[in-house]
This record gives sequence, structure tokens and C-alpha cells, in this order.
Amino acid sequence: MALTTAPDPTRRGPGSARAHASRRGPGRFRHSEGLAGYVFLSPWLIGLMGVTAVPMLLSLYLSFTNYDILTPFSEVQWVGLANYERMFTADPSYWHAVRVTVTFALIAVPLKLAAALGVALLLNRAWRGVGLFRGLFYLPSLLGGSVALAIVWVNMFNRDGAFNSLLSLFGITGKPWVNDPDWALETLMVLAIWQFGAPMVIFLAGLKQVPTELYEAASVDGAGRLRQFRNVTLPMLSPVIFFNLVLETINGFQGFTAAFVLSNGTGGPVDSTLMYTLNLYITGFTDLEMGYASAMAWVFLLAIAVITAVFFSTGRFWVHYSDGEER
Amino acid sequence: MVTVTPTADAPTAAPPTARRRPSGRPVLRLLILVAIVAVVLYPLIWMVGTSLKSQEEIVNNVGLLPERFTPGNYTAGWSNFDVGFGRFFLNSAMVSLLTVVGNGLSCLLAAYAFARLRFRLRGMWFAVMIGTLLLPQHVLIVPQYILFRTLGLVGGDWPYLPLLIPQFLATEAFFVFLMVQFMRGVPRELDEAARIDGAGPFGIFRHIILPLSRPALVTTAIFSFIWTWNDFFRQLVFLSQLEDYTVPVALTLFIDSTSQSAVGPMFAMSVLSLLPVFLFFVAFQRMLVEGINTSGIKG
Repeated sequence: MALTTAPDPTRRGPGSARAHASRRGPGRFRHSEGLAGYVFLSPWLIGLMGVTAVPMLLSLYLSFTNYDILTPFSEVQWVGLANYERMFTADPSYWHAVRVTVTFALIAVPLKLAAALGVALLLNRAWRGVGLFRGLFYLPSLLGGSVALAIVWVNMFNRDGAFNSLLSLFGITGKPWVNDPDWALETLMVLAIWQFGAPMVIFLAGLKQVPTELYEAASVDGAGRLRQFRNVTLPMLSPVIFFNLVLETINGFQGFTAAFVLSNGTGGPVDSTLMYTLNLYITGFTDLEMGYASAMAWVFLLAIAVITAVFFSTGRFWVHYSDGEER
Repeated sequence: MVTVTPTADAPTAAPPTARRRPSGRPVLRLLILVAIVAVVLYPLIWMVGTSLKSQEEIVNNVGLLPERFTPGNYTAGWSNFDVGFGRFFLNSAMVSLLTVVGNGLSCLLAAYAFARLRFRLRGMWFAVMIGTLLLPQHVLIVPQYILFRTLGLVGGDWPYLPLLIPQFLATEAFFVFLMVQFMRGVPRELDEAARIDGAGPFGIFRHIILPLSRPALVTTAIFSFIWTWNDFFRQLVFLSQLEDYTVPVALTLFIDSTSQSAVGPMFAMSVLSLLPVFLFFVAFQRMLVEGINTSGIKG
């Protein structure tokens, strides 16, 4: 690893290979490489411009209009900040969607990470069959956001679904969880937590990096397993915890499929599963208020940027990099 | 070429802490793990079980497995919704396979430029590429929809263009990044050797980078396929005609008709829809898990 990447004399200064190349003239070669760079990059550049950058600018513009796809572009009305004003002051369902999404992320993400870390600790030691467990736990994450899985989930928490039949074994009478506004979002949280496999695999990779000498030193100093976990595992794992936290939070905010399936695209029952992205979809593609939906999208983008920035600025205080490097 | 660095991350074969840190009760740990496996697998087994129950049993027997296995839901589901589910599977397969091709080609080209070629503004473009990694698709969906619709591609002669064009233009920054990381590990001496033999940037790409990038290409292909097969949001937005539907969009038709008689076929088609992903999982389990290990892929 170290040998293949670091010492590379030909990269900058003139090496022996470079001397050979200079037979054709170094300037010419560099020129052709610069050209080739853009040739190879061209699909990406076209994509960046056509599918990403221009649409972003378009959506920024549309967020100040009342565009509804049916009226031609030439007749689009500029409404200034009206969409943003409506969002923040006059649209209770928008704020409701924000609350639903934040609640979902605040509860589901920590629980999912806790489950992932707990199971990773159980799987951390090498023994026969550990790979099988790892694969089985990862399976739900892989099937992940599929509609099929959401369908199964909704039916499992129905009135006569599998969950209630389990409860009845213990003499508990269940209820139609997914139709209950107080419980519909919770069933979605359980679905999210159930998919703890992806962060678990990343935790496992992190645990492998913790030097065993640290545990030995700690136990020589008389630290019990709990103390070892607190003073060795957690700090050494903090970069991986950080990584998973950022990733899962952003993912949590974007949850769409399960909420769509559970509510048949409405965000019900009684808006209890009206996630932000579902609200955006309904606004743009059901109500055809694409200008307003664009404004929502931009606030969403800014919110995610702010959350990421907050994570990175607070991360300094609790994320330890073993090479002592500040990030 | 293989170098073993004498640091902590070198694999140490024996568990050196086994004596100091008594692993305690391996039996207890195993029991806990088996219990978790049961919880994790229960919904999946229940899904398969329900799909094999008769209509009557679905209502009366909420148990995990049917008393009598009946394939009726599969035949009923397969011929559902006028055009039949086979059509939806074909559509999904086509979209997924073309996405695999598009992602592999375009991301490989971009990654080669970023990883190996020197050109003006490379650093800036690379930063932009990393920036697009964080961009949620929900931000772009409305203007992309408008754009593709204005171009007459939404619901056009071949309605899958809005789904495929971005994939052929390397917009999935994650794969570009993955391949860049991979190519950085390919020894530059090989480039230099090829260069001495008179190869230009294209020759180096063709004869060195392309053949050596196979592992990265395979990883990209597997994840492209699975993600596209499972994707719902974009397919929901861009596909409007029943005969163009992909499997995830078609599955939601069942929810629209939540009559009791649809539950069995709905489960049967759900099981079938997960089958390709499951088979990939079985075939590439080790690779998938390692792929995430090294790159932090979200499944």
C-alpha cells in the first residue's frame, strides 16, 4: 500500500521515464494529456452541466415562481419570496412534515446506530460462522428501500399481521399499528432500525482497526470491560461513529419509499407519515405546484448542508483520529 | 510489490487478548446472535410463507408458514394488471442492465481522468464531483422532470431515457469516487512502462487501466444493478404508462386495490421482485460486505 502510492518520482520531477517521453517533446505530451483529460471527462462534464448544474439553477429560479408545468415557460409568474414566505408562515402541513422528519431521524438514527454497534461488538471476534451472521444481518439493508419490503412491513403491522399474532402469544391484543396515527411513524422507525446491517458492517471494519495492545494496556491498568469499552473502544471508534452518524442522518432525512407505501402516497394516516420528501413529491407531482416544491427542495438542501456543517464543527470535540491529525 | 507494514493494521492471526480479556460466555453470545437472526429474518420468512398460502389461509392462519403450500398466488400475480407482471420484470431488467453499462462506462472514463491525467482545473472539478456526492436527488427531481418533459422524453417513444441518460453521464458521483480511489492503487510504473512503449493516454487507458479496473467495475456493476432494481422515487416520477412500469412502481398498484384477494398475489410478486437482489447477495456476499468495508457504501 505504502509502496505503491507514496514514492512516485515520475509524478512531478523529471525521472528516467520522463526523459524517454521527452523524445517526443515534453510540451507536446503534456498538451495531449490535458486534452485527453477533458476528452475522458466529457461525459461527466456534460452530465454535470445538463443533469445537475442547469437543473439546480432552474429549480432556484422556479422557487421564486408559481410554475405548475401546465403553463408554458413564457407565462411563468415571478412571485419573489412568496413561496418561502408561505412555507415558513402560512403552511402548517409544511411544518408538520418538518416535525415528522426530524422526529423520525432523531429517534430512528440513534437506535439504528446503537443496534449496529451492539451487534458489531458481538461479531467482532473471529470464529467460525461469523461471516454467515454478518451476511444475514446485512440482508435487510441490501433489500433496503425496496417497495416489496415496505409492503411486507405494512402488512406485518396490520390488524391481522404477523406482529399482532406474535403479541397474542403473550396474551396482548394488538391494534392496526399502521392505521393508527400515533403508531404509523413508529412502525417506519422499526423498519429503519431493522436495517442496521449497513452501519454494522462499517463498525466492524472500524473495530478491526483498534490495536489490541490498547486493550492489553488497559487491562494491565485494571480496567474492566465496561471501562475498556468507554476509554478504548469508543474513542478509537469515534471517526467511524462520526461517519455512520452523518451518513445515516442524511439518509434518515431522505426517507421516502416506506412512507409512500404505508400511506399510499398520501402521508397518512392523518399526515402522521408525511416525511419531507413525500410532502415535496405531493406538492410537485400531485398538486403540480412545482415552483413551491422547488423552494422546498432548496430549503431541504440548505438544511442538509447546515446539519452536515454542524456535525463537522462539533465533531472536533469528540472525534479522535489516531494519527493525531486534525480534520 | 506486496509490502507488509509492521503496524497495527497488519493482520494478526491469533486473538492475542484471548487470555487477558476472557471472552466469557461464547454460548451466551451465540444465543443472543441467534435470537437477533430470528428477529431479522422473521419478516422475510413470513413474506415467503404468506405468498404460498391460499386465500383462505392468509385470513385464518397468521402463522409463519402455510399448512399447505399453494403456488396459486404466483400464477395469479404474474397475470395481473392487463399487461402482466412479466412485462414489468422485463422493463426493470432492461433499465437496470442499461444502468449498469452506463455507470460502468461513464464513471470509468471520468475516474481515469481524475486519477491519472493532468489537466487544467482538475482539482476544482474533483472538488465539484465530491460536492455532488452530497446532493439529494429530491433537489434535482423537479427541474429534471421539467427538463426531460420539455425535451419530450417523459412518456415519449422510449420513456426510459430520463432514467438512463443521467447514468450514461457519470452523474452517480459515488461510483466515480470509488473508481478513483481504486485506480490510485494501481502502480504508476505500469503507466510509465506503457508510455515508454509509445502509448498515449488512450493507450494507457485501454491496455493498463481498463483491464486492471475489473474489480472496481464489478463492484460498481453489482451496486448499480441492485440500487436501480430497488429504486422507486425516480421510476415513480418518470414512468406514467402502465405498460412502461417497472416492478417497484407496478407493486404499488396492489396497494391501490387493497382488496383482500390481492394480498396473496401482492406477496408473491414482492417475493419475486426481491429474488434478483437476493441471488446477487448469495453470489457476491463476500464481495458486497468487503465493498462496503472499504468504501462505506450504503446498501
